[in-house]
Amino acid sequence: MRAPVNRIIPFSAVDGPGNRTAVFLQGCNFNCKYCHNPETRKLCIHCGDCVEDCPGGALYFSDSPFPSASRPFPGEEKQESARTAPALSSYPFWGEEKREGISEERERESPHSGRWVLFSPEKCIGCDRCIRICRHDASPRIRWMSPEELLRELSKNRPFIRGVTVSGGECTLYPAFLRELAALLLSEGLELLLDSNGSYDFSEDPAGLLPLLSGVMLDVKAWKREEHERVTGTGNEDVLRNLRSLLQCGKLYELRTVVVPGLFDYEGCIRECARLLRPYPEVRYKIIAFRKNGVRAEYRDFESPTEEEMSRLLEIAKSEGAVKVLTL
Amino acid sequence: MGKMREITMERVEKTREEMLKTVKSPVLTHEQKVAAMASLADSLLEVLNIPEGLSELLDAPIETQCICDLFEGHAPMRPRYIIPDYGRFLKEGSSFLELGAPGDLYEAINALEIFYKHVPSVTNYPVYVGALDRLLEPFVSSMDEEEAYRLIRAFFIHMDRTILDSFSHGNIGPERTKAGSLILRAIAETKDAVPNMTMKYDASLTEDAFLLEAVRAALESAKPSFANDAMFRSELGPEYVIASCYNGLPEGGGSYTLCRLILGNIAKRAKGIEDFLSRELPYVMDLQARYMDERIRFIVEESGFFENNFLAKEGFIRRERFTAMFGLVGLAEAVNILLEKEGKKGLRFGHSEEAVSLGVRIMDTISAFNEAHRNPYCEVSGGHFLLHAQVGISSDIGISPGTRIPIGEEPEELVDQLELLSRFHHYFPSGTGDIFPIERTVHRNPEYIMDIIKGAFQKKLRYLSFYSSDSDVIRITGYLVKRSEIKTLEKGGNVKHDTTALGMGAKQNGHILERRVR
Repeated sequence: MRAPVNRIIPFSAVDGPGNRTAVFLQGCNFNCKYCHNPETRKLCIHCGDCVEDCPGGALYFSDSPFPSASRPFPGEEKQESARTAPALSSYPFWGEEKREGISEERERESPHSGRWVLFSPEKCIGCDRCIRICRHDASPRIRWMSPEELLRELSKNRPFIRGVTVSGGECTLYPAFLRELAALLLSEGLELLLDSNGSYDFSEDPAGLLPLLSGVMLDVKAWKREEHERVTGTGNEDVLRNLRSLLQCGKLYELRTVVVPGLFDYEGCIRECARLLRPYPEVRYKIIAFRKNGVRAEYRDFESPTEEEMSRLLEIAKSEGAVKVLTL
Repeated sequence: MGKMREITMERVEKTREEMLKTVKSPVLTHEQKVAAMASLADSLLEVLNIPEGLSELLDAPIETQCICDLFEGHAPMRPRYIIPDYGRFLKEGSSFLELGAPGDLYEAINALEIFYKHVPSVTNYPVYVGALDRLLEPFVSSMDEEEAYRLIRAFFIHMDRTILDSFSHGNIGPERTKAGSLILRAIAETKDAVPNMTMKYDASLTEDAFLLEAVRAALESAKPSFANDAMFRSELGPEYVIASCYNGLPEGGGSYTLCRLILGNIAKRAKGIEDFLSRELPYVMDLQARYMDERIRFIVEESGFFENNFLAKEGFIRRERFTAMFGLVGLAEAVNILLEKEGKKGLRFGHSEEAVSLGVRIMDTISAFNEAHRNPYCEVSGGHFLLHAQVGISSDIGISPGTRIPIGEEPEELVDQLELLSRFHHYFPSGTGDIFPIERTVHRNPEYIMDIIKGAFQKKLRYLSFYSSDSDVIRITGYLVKRSEIKTLEKGGNVKHDTTALGMGAKQNGHILERRVR
């Protein structure tokens, strides 16, 4: 079992308590207008637009979906043929409609149809050119890693870290991977935090994640359903149900709201969230000011809130009952 | 007794001109002028039996100099670093100073402030001010906390304004005490450069809450630094201290001298790696060791210091508790130069395993030399010197401190830098250390630094310093200076600490403001 890893930050001070390794998985089922890393939203469709222009030669075409140096995924040898490889067919969030759209797009736009775009991390010079070229909100710099491989990669970060935080994209699109990773980390004495948009059903927890996690960091991107749809393209019933159930079971480490003036009623959202937090003084509420860096060009017209406005919101959250409030 | 050699009138005249320049200097304070006059006078003395061949290596411009004695002068009248047993002083008082044992915190602080003015060193100020938490705890523990805090805060302000050199060091830890917590509170609030501070940390003795207080203080005021207590204890015994920059030394003793090999310049003399390891390096090491032997002989046998100074007469220091520091700088440059001579120009220290392995080979060679060399007056360290990764001086250009990776070439990931450091810190019982500027966001998550310290000490790192990248007081190489005071000095104003001038030089020559922020 593998998941597409976009990036690993060995030491992070901003993804949970203490020093943690932060792992970013590729792919998201929300479409937040203010997304700061839109290149993590979708999976590469192997159109190949980025290959030719890669200055370090880190991107290359292959007839196989696997790097030649590595074995096929354990237990997945049968999928070795390019046609049935997991990359295009098995994304849990990819509906039929989208998949068709993508294959059409490949026929139409890709002169390299049928070949795979692979990535050699050691040759990458980090210029981000491929991400700028990509017209699909994706990144070709993905490694499909198993939990064991990820753990091996983390081994040099120990003993400096107390845990791992998996973020995204939306990491809960890969629940089975997360469960296996969490179990491995636990056996190594490392804790796992998830950074989630709340679309996975933590109240039912079909994958059995919660007992293995030290906590979840959850975004509440808007309180009213129609506003949440405007911000993210989907409703928020799941998010709010998760918020309540994570609070009840003591697994909410941090709640977050991004403040974007003009996009939604953030003050109302902050008030509702802060009220819910009143009985849970240990849960942090992080109120984050919208910033333009990384945001897609068509959404860059939003303004950042002023410092005074952020201080006002901090006070509002406190007056409504949240105890550990910080602004960023 | 040795006979003094003659010198030329030309040298006398040159020195007299320097002296007059010192007298008239617009930027030096009175204390700085007095110190400069003394060292100019000392430079006229010729009493040491200098080994043949030394002068070529010692009295050379910085591009070719291979041995440096760090301004110790021509006729050392005291050991370079003196580490008094302050515990004994507070218990027994001093007859020379006409002080009895203090009875409360007022008297204890007053006694220490007096004592500091009588502790000589190469800087003319005390390089060590004591294990301050342990010294003060007996007086603090029964006192009103706020009253104790006000006294301790005033004590720290007194030190900063009267010890006019930041190569001065206090220790706290490893156990948490009330005094220790008040000290951390005071240094976080006063944000001064003096004294430098170290927390001795041992995971089995230091509470997390105490470590966290120390990390918070460090983010405010660039101190304390963190010393691997278990490691130092295993090498120097339980009665050790951290003094000056980060020097591990025996308490109630110190170090006679510190000379340093400038490894990059020694590498320039060599034809290649083997020639360096088997010929040039051993040749220079032998001369440095014999020069140090001679300096020690003069201090012990001729200067009269141990016979006459009250610190020795009253037992605050003992001659047998002194050792000497065999220093080095520029390992990174030596490795890069040697690899270039071998036709491997692309390989750089900090970025290639071959380069790091060569660094380890060089260190093994130096360590083996030191183990084979004996000095009769270094009983406390088994008859050997202690290796020291010297932090550099302000006039160094293109010379990295000790075994540090050159500023600007630090690995992108901190984890890779720490991994590399873990291969070098163990060589240096008398001190090495690395410095990490930290992003402002970490103020919200100081546990981030706690985790790094704990992991680093498990990996046998010895000594780490952190400061907030936006802090006014910052660590230059091993000592603290205020950025605002460097600015004052750059504009031609006077500043109270003589180390500010060194910081200004290091900023210009050593690029210390350009370290990678973590």
